[in-house]
Amino acid sequence: MAMATAGDLSQPFAWPDAGVTRIPYRLYDDPEIYALEQRRIFRGPVWNYLCLDIEIPEPGDFKTTTVGEVPVIVARDLDGQVHAMVNRCSHKGALVCLRERGNARQLTCVYHSWTFDLQGRLKGIAFRNGTNGQGGMPAGFDPDQHRLEPLRVDTFCGLIFGTFAEEMPAIEAYLGQAMAQFVRRNLDRPLKLLGSHSQVIHNNWKLYAENVRDSYHATLLHTFYTTFKINRLDMDGGIVLADDGWHHISYAKRATFEEDPEYRQSKVHAVQYDSKLAGPRLLDAWEEFDDGITHSIQTVFPNLAIQFTLNSLAVRFFAPRGVEQTELFWFYLGCRDDDDEQTRMRVMQGNLTGAAGLVSLEDGCINEFVQRGVRGSGDQLGLAEMGGREVASSEGSRATEAAIRGFWDGYRRIMGFA
Amino acid sequence: MNDAEAEAPADPVPRTRIEDFLVDYAHAIDDGDLRAWPDFFTEDGVYQIISRENFEAGLPMGILSCEGRGMMADRVSALEQANIFEAHTYCHILGPPRISEESPELYGARTNFNVVRTMQDGGSEMFAVGRYLDIIVVADGRPLLRERRVVLESRRVDILLVYPL
Ligand SMILES: [Fe+2]
Repeated sequence: MAMATAGDLSQPFAWPDAGVTRIPYRLYDDPEIYALEQRRIFRGPVWNYLCLDIEIPEPGDFKTTTVGEVPVIVARDLDGQVHAMVNRCSHKGALVCLRERGNARQLTCVYHSWTFDLQGRLKGIAFRNGTNGQGGMPAGFDPDQHRLEPLRVDTFCGLIFGTFAEEMPAIEAYLGQAMAQFVRRNLDRPLKLLGSHSQVIHNNWKLYAENVRDSYHATLLHTFYTTFKINRLDMDGGIVLADDGWHHISYAKRATFEEDPEYRQSKVHAVQYDSKLAGPRLLDAWEEFDDGITHSIQTVFPNLAIQFTLNSLAVRFFAPRGVEQTELFWFYLGCRDDDDEQTRMRVMQGNLTGAAGLVSLEDGCINEFVQRGVRGSGDQLGLAEMGGREVASSEGSRATEAAIRGFWDGYRRIMGFA
Repeated sequence: MNDAEAEAPADPVPRTRIEDFLVDYAHAIDDGDLRAWPDFFTEDGVYQIISRENFEAGLPMGILSCEGRGMMADRVSALEQANIFEAHTYCHILGPPRISEESPELYGARTNFNVVRTMQDGGSEMFAVGRYLDIIVVADGRPLLRERRVVLESRRVDILLVYPL
């Protein structure tokens, strides 16, 4: 792994001796580090989340997204194969796809009408032979050398990932066995999109990466459950880290769940929350799995999270939009065979999260408070010692910053920050 | 004969009351009188904020959904007691409502709106742009929302959405 050298950063960067229990605030607002992340992380050896398989179900469907700051097209070709390529014309660099989503047989840059197939291969150059024997491209011009820059694509449980790295194991190996198994639990079934929105948060993307791994803050900052006396205080739970630390699962089991199998089979109203809510149907839920886990959040480095709270299943993707800005996308999912009542429950539970989430809306501003708080902080450091100093799973307690240390451990490695 | 003439309520009084009602709703929120917000709805009234993109695609999920005054009251209690966010105020600017009469007790209304949000640092910015699609019942001369769908032009929310629109 390359080290951060003087050539990369005008101010040398060294990680503090205390390792990942200390986080230099500079990492949140240094534009040179942000630029280096674009190369080392987003163009580096990671699998970047691109979109959901169900967003581009038909041949010719495409969707645009970003990998780091790079604009990317994800397209399903006419044979049904998914491809990803940089959304940048190989001629002048203009966006090839202007629309966020659509269906097309080929992709045409509007600037000079260069056309590409759905794999990104250059197929047509306007006036290639000029007019009246004059102008046009030189005889030796080889369109094969001028395709749209491809990303390698892999799909797992309906999630489409892409990478710029030449040598990457398949996404399943990148996740590791424990992480892959949990993704399978949540997503390996026919899914449908219930709704989506995004939220601009005014902070560096890594503050959200930490926040979503921060099981310690959940009951301290987010007081909806405790305010409404929703019985969830003695929930069992834990943190599982991937082998390389940078992905994680945080899970909890609502111990007082109805265990009556009759409830489970009827799949409705299995849970009656004992609360002070005036509209308790907000929390109508059914037991979807028999492993007892009712609340979970899973991350995939660098910028993906999958939430499953009661029956609210959502993919969160947080895209860097500059050093101090991030766009957080929420894709809420249901199962294709959900009945109307189940859909209603998922929709109502959607009130717990998202930009207006009763439980989690604080995350829209809390990371900005850090961003603003660390201004002018020089070489100062943040702390992450809750639950010990190790980068290790924490079965049995979520009063820990283990997953945050795991994130920084992976970040340090990929960035070459010794 | 144009649409307006065809659908103009026979009795102009409900129309005036509905117009006042729509303005009162916006002013209540702008004035911070959020406790009054659920009372603009029928007991089982529905309120949803949804992006235009999701609305036009017929997707069921909004950014915020309430069924009944109880859930709305919980929203208000939550933002007063539980939720943590930086202080801010709204200023609603309403376009003229297009009111259509289904019956003397039932009306539809579509009203465009802008909401300017002012943060405590003094910055005022356009926070939300969209339309209210309302189903209004009038009982004993008093209008109430049976349904208010807030269709936002944008799918993107700046920072967070805590006060209703
Ligand atoms: Fe949070």
